[in-house]
Amino acid sequence: MNIYLPIAEVSVNALVLLGLGGGVGFLSGIFGVGGGFLMTPLLIFIGIPPAVAVATEANQIVASSFSGVLAHWRRRTVDFKMGLVLLLGGLVGSAIGVQLFSLMRALGQVDLVVALCYVVFLGIVGSLMFIESINALMKSKKGVRRPSRKRHSWVHGLPIKMRFRQSNLYISAIPPFGVGLFVGILAAIMGVGGGFIMVPAMIYLLGMATTVVVGTSLFQIMFVTGATTLMHAITNHTVDAVLAVILLVGGVVGTQIGVRVAPRLKAEQMRILLALLVLAVCGKLAFDLIATPDEFFSLGGGGH
Amino acid sequence: MIVRLLLYLFLCLLATSAAAEERIIAGLSQHNVSLTTDFAGSELLVHGGIFVDKGDPGPFDVIVAITGPSAPVEVRKKQREFGIWIKGRAVQIDAAPSFYAVASSGTLSETLSNTDDLGYRIGLRHVIRLIDAPKWVQVGEREAYREAVVRIREGEGLYSVLPNSVTFIEDRVFETRIKLPSNLIEGDYRARVFLTRNREVLDVFTDTIEVRRAGLGRFIYRSAQDYPALYGIASILVALIAGWLASAFFRTFFPT
Repeated sequence: MNIYLPIAEVSVNALVLLGLGGGVGFLSGIFGVGGGFLMTPLLIFIGIPPAVAVATEANQIVASSFSGVLAHWRRRTVDFKMGLVLLLGGLVGSAIGVQLFSLMRALGQVDLVVALCYVVFLGIVGSLMFIESINALMKSKKGVRRPSRKRHSWVHGLPIKMRFRQSNLYISAIPPFGVGLFVGILAAIMGVGGGFIMVPAMIYLLGMATTVVVGTSLFQIMFVTGATTLMHAITNHTVDAVLAVILLVGGVVGTQIGVRVAPRLKAEQMRILLALLVLAVCGKLAFDLIATPDEFFSLGGGGH
Repeated sequence: MIVRLLLYLFLCLLATSAAAEERIIAGLSQHNVSLTTDFAGSELLVHGGIFVDKGDPGPFDVIVAITGPSAPVEVRKKQREFGIWIKGRAVQIDAAPSFYAVASSGTLSETLSNTDDLGYRIGLRHVIRLIDAPKWVQVGEREAYREAVVRIREGEGLYSVLPNSVTFIEDRVFETRIKLPSNLIEGDYRARVFLTRNREVLDVFTDTIEVRRAGLGRFIYRSAQDYPALYGIASILVALIAGWLASAFFRTFFPT
């Protein structure tokens, strides 16, 4: 069942898109990641022009993250105060990121920089998560209790302290703002929500209560990707509504299923799975950069 | 179809007096291609007849060329640097059609002289030309950049060379079918039908096929172009509604 996408100007199989949306949405619901780090490369892989893939994916993440936020909100696992601080950082960050993106575009090497960003950040985050969750799993098997996280680090010495009741934190607003900012920059450059960076940062850097991490990150992602969608629609006209609708129909359903499955899974096992997934995407992208290509030439510029 | 052709022939007979001794006329199965959201490619049937006023009757050959709208293309070659493959500097091909198909009754070299091939720009090597290569491109490399455009677009089904695909159903009546892929872009496509004898072009018939977005796809495209801010906000709203609907649906039917 092929469908012609009016903005992307290509014809693709609608069932494949539904499946992609559903699968990525499912992971989004389980892990609290937007799923863009998987979806954007996959869309480009099936032949969607990169500019359209990035912009449309941002729009789809709005849907799946909103759907996820609603589910988490009912379970009271969203820290709105923390979310707002992260969001402020995120909006500033994405504005900076868009400027950086234009700069790289002028230099003509956007896709290389994007691919390198993917490899570096997915590689670091995936490896750290993998090592940490293996350690945690081994300790829990030995019956040794995990040491409680350090409640006081350099993070707690900074000014502008705020109380984040639901995150069970009393810390400076600067680190969460910084996390939001950094994620916002990456989000704009890589065409992702940034949950795969934000979730570990919230757990390991901010020391947030793990129960509210996923819902809060989805809350921030929803607004940042909304802003990104609008910017892309206005400046580049690259949001494909048909593509977005198909992806988000699959995506929102997948997310809802994921949110329901998540509590039944063990946290350590979930993290190992996510770590492996992140490392697999990283490995594929790294391989594509290193392996001798079949086609040495590429076309661009003139076409749509 | 044959009746229509005969009518064409008859009209031509009336219309032409002295101009050419051999004429070719053709009809296209469609003059409008609508790119609707369910567009999955199409097939263009080109059929026509050869009319000989007097003199040497043949043997004739027919070449059909369909050319899509042209646009500049940047070609880059990857090089290995620091262990990874990096795209090099861009070579600009000033104009390359987005679509090109050339069908002929024999092979192109059997049916067309190099002079006429160049003059009418029929063969792919004359359609895609690299005129001003930058100085940094080595002379031996120039051809590789041009060939890359042809190779990549052939792979995407956008360029095709179809020898021996124009068939004569009667002595002077021919037809050919050209596949239009699903990744067509909007624009005016030019159809040219050449009549040749002894590899020389005797007559050319031209026509136009309008490829346009239609229906929902057209509405979406125009909205995105003409009202980008509104379109962006609408996209976000649709996303939010879809997210909410899914959430409400699952809460009702599959409560946690």
